[in-house]
Amino acid sequence: MGLESSKWAIIFLVCWLYKNVSCNSVEQKIYVELNNTVPCVRLLNATHQIGCQSSISGDTGVIHVLESEADLEWPLSKGPNPPYMVLLESSLFTRSIMMKMKNESNRVAGVAVVVPNTSPPEFSPHTTCPNENTGVYSDNYGPNLAHCNTTVWNPRGNGLSYEEFDFPVFSLKEDNETEFIKQCYLDHNRAVNGSAPQYPLCAMQLFSHMHAVTNTPTCMRRNDINFSINPEMVCDPLGDYNVWGSIRPYNDTVFGHKENESVVIAAARLDSRAFFWEVSTGAEGSVSGFVTLLAAAQALREVTHAAPPTRNILFAFFQGETFDYIGSSRMVYDMENGKFVIDLDNIHSVLEIGQVAVHSGTNLFLHSDPVSRRNNTVNDEVKNLVNNLQSSTAGLGFLLVEPNVSQPLPPSSLQRFLRAQPIPGIVLADHESAFNNRYYESFYDNAANLNLTYPSDLSPEEQLEFVTDTAKSLTDVATVVARALYKQAGGDESLVNTIKADPKIVTQMLYGFLVSSNNSWFQAVMAPELKNILKPSPPEYYVGVAMSSTPTRLVQYLLANLTGAATNLTQSQCQKPDELPNESRQMYSYLWVQGIVPPNSTERDSFCVRASVRLTKAVSPAFELGEYASKDYSTWTESRWKFIKARIFLVASRDLEMLTLGVGVAVLFTSLLVTYFISTKADVLFSSTREPASAAY
Amino acid sequence: MTAAVFFGCAFIAFGPAFSLFIFTIAKDPLRVIILIAGAFFWLVSLLLSSLVWFIATKATNAQDLTLQKNLLIFGSIFSVILQEVFRFAYYRLLRKANEGLAAISEEDGPPLSVREMAYVAGLGFGIMSGAFSMINTLSDSLGPGTVGMFGDSQYYFITSALMTLALTMLHTFWGVVFFEGCERKRWWVIAVVLCVHLMVFSLSLLNPFYVASILPVYAIMLLMAVWAFFSSGGSLHNITLLWTCRKSNAETSS
Repeated sequence: MGLESSKWAIIFLVCWLYKNVSCNSVEQKIYVELNNTVPCVRLLNATHQIGCQSSISGDTGVIHVLESEADLEWPLSKGPNPPYMVLLESSLFTRSIMMKMKNESNRVAGVAVVVPNTSPPEFSPHTTCPNENTGVYSDNYGPNLAHCNTTVWNPRGNGLSYEEFDFPVFSLKEDNETEFIKQCYLDHNRAVNGSAPQYPLCAMQLFSHMHAVTNTPTCMRRNDINFSINPEMVCDPLGDYNVWGSIRPYNDTVFGHKENESVVIAAARLDSRAFFWEVSTGAEGSVSGFVTLLAAAQALREVTHAAPPTRNILFAFFQGETFDYIGSSRMVYDMENGKFVIDLDNIHSVLEIGQVAVHSGTNLFLHSDPVSRRNNTVNDEVKNLVNNLQSSTAGLGFLLVEPNVSQPLPPSSLQRFLRAQPIPGIVLADHESAFNNRYYESFYDNAANLNLTYPSDLSPEEQLEFVTDTAKSLTDVATVVARALYKQAGGDESLVNTIKADPKIVTQMLYGFLVSSNNSWFQAVMAPELKNILKPSPPEYYVGVAMSSTPTRLVQYLLANLTGAATNLTQSQCQKPDELPNESRQMYSYLWVQGIVPPNSTERDSFCVRASVRLTKAVSPAFELGEYASKDYSTWTESRWKFIKARIFLVASRDLEMLTLGVGVAVLFTSLLVTYFISTKADVLFSSTREPASAAY
Repeated sequence: MTAAVFFGCAFIAFGPAFSLFIFTIAKDPLRVIILIAGAFFWLVSLLLSSLVWFIATKATNAQDLTLQKNLLIFGSIFSVILQEVFRFAYYRLLRKANEGLAAISEEDGPPLSVREMAYVAGLGFGIMSGAFSMINTLSDSLGPGTVGMFGDSQYYFITSALMTLALTMLHTFWGVVFFEGCERKRWWVIAVVLCVHLMVFSLSLLNPFYVASILPVYAIMLLMAVWAFFSSGGSLHNITLLWTCRKSNAETSS
């Protein structure tokens, strides 16, 4: 009998073994951590807070996959198990749905947006009138042009990025994790024939607790509280570095006005943003502009060495322009206060490259400020600049046209210069009035938006070298810009037609900035200690708070390599060039770059680049002056947080939980009673007959 | 699964052990010492058997799931055998200590009878075994989620607590019976205790078929309770005495 029962036991064992899942810990049976999520964080300015907030111990909600806008009434009113965690496809991520959820936020625990690989027809979470309060147009300056009264620049904007949500909003990619979540929803949360779904239900918990509240003056005041050895900071100002370079170098220690110095500034912006934190690609919004300017700077290198123009040309790349012109307002402030190598009076004119993702054949537009052009000298200079630009398009496939209505400047860094002083300037853009960019400041403004496609059979290195059509058209724009700048700077007219931008460099830059930053060319131009910032994905263009943004570094080293000169200094000489007779750290910056790997070798050919390329701090003057409620300068800060994570699990019904508690309390009381009873009656119950002198209980 | 489940399961698993401790052990420091030493002996047996299992798993292929399961079962059987060995070792230790305690005590004879030591030692084993079974699960029950995502039953927490309760009480009863058997030199008792322990272990392998595992375990616990009651000096006569005592008390008082 024993043998047979043990045989059965073994059979049971073997059958059971095949069904079991090997789990080592109870936590692994309960929670599934979601790894590929991006949160929406809280940003603050002088008067408001925007973005999303979760409670400190996370927000838990029963998952509901939204099928249409009408389906919203299930989480908002009909569903029996609030609060709900609403899972949206990106086509349903619209302003009306988000606002409805915001109004009923006691039934909505959070939102998860599934971002697909293909873009919707249009989507822009930015406002319709970007940077409307910190530009040049105000009640004192062109009041009929202020606040987009004449031209609405971003008509597709739904303003979601600037709304405040008191529930967390996360984005998920379309991958296995999201499939798992949807499967969990289908298995557990579907209502069968109108009746309520049965417990246990599938739920999600999102943690994204932000420490800062209300607005920037409040959070900066809380930063200053010094009660403990480790003061808790709650927010940080947004900012990074501007990159600037010039044809003729300036002494970096001599600031202020320079006599008889006239400079043409060529400007572009570096950053962009999206609704979710840090995921910003800004292809048409910013990359097209600064790549064109970098190519123009490279095109000008030879001719300016051979026949230097009368005026200097200063290439400026501004960071933080999305958030009320952080970089350009700081540069203008430095110029006004004698903290920059030149002064506002030294500026002859400004040419800014805006969104220029031109598709071959279409025209580009030259925007100027009508208010400053009422002054005749300014008007003449602008006309001169327009002429230089228009005459530079000879032989290329497009024209440069001025818009035929009197309209304000689009949002651009030139507006901050005009706020200080009337300066002749032109903004080059591909839109005549409203933006052509259908995804302005959104996570869909990526390589696909620029039609950047490569044949499918190329390896990454071959893709780097392949000259796309987008690259060809941007090269033409860069050629025009370079020629116009040379003429504007008073260069030799006969040499203008020799200026040509290099399409190979443009396509390599487009690949590196929009597809994969970890390619051989970027590796060659970067410093050895910075090579880890290069990743197989495009860099993030959000300005951030860490002062170490990847695009800034990339543009600095690219500008140095493209406009500077390779020297034969050794690495130690490159770090201390002042010891050499002809080198001066005040005039140039010396950067040690990795160089290429020669064939038949594994060591890189590193060398020292000497270039007149500098970084200047791009933090809003409001933080220098301590005017945290400033209306003139950007006051944007980003909140701090402890951790951000997301996980899904099943939740049990309240009834089962209360049943467990009830049984537990009953067991405890019963055992207390029984034990008390037995222990008092123990002498009766346990009489011992063998041990005469034993102690009874 | 939230605080309600945490407290519910904690009360289920440790309620009886807690009440036994309060009413019978806490007053006497010697019993407390024997309880803790018993818990320590169980802990050492677990440590040694887990060393064996750990070495076995590290020496073999971690990806082979059936092999790992078999190793776990082998390790558990080894652990059961080692626990009973350590119970015997604790019995020998306590017998030796009892003589010494008798010599220095003020009363006539040993301060604790072997039966009391048996009960306290068994409870010590039971409390430590319960703690090791349940504490990890309890800490995970505090979060908002419950078991079930990967096909496990949603009654996981409550059944774990019930199993822990049964195992604690079983260890107590085994302690009583085991020591009594050793005292009377009835060596077959040791073999029976070992077999019952192995049977309970193999029943626990039937989880998550909770009906097939929990109900038989509770049945075994009731049987062991009856055996321990009789082996520690109880009898039907005493129960009837108790009953009539109460009745007569009720009569005299009314």
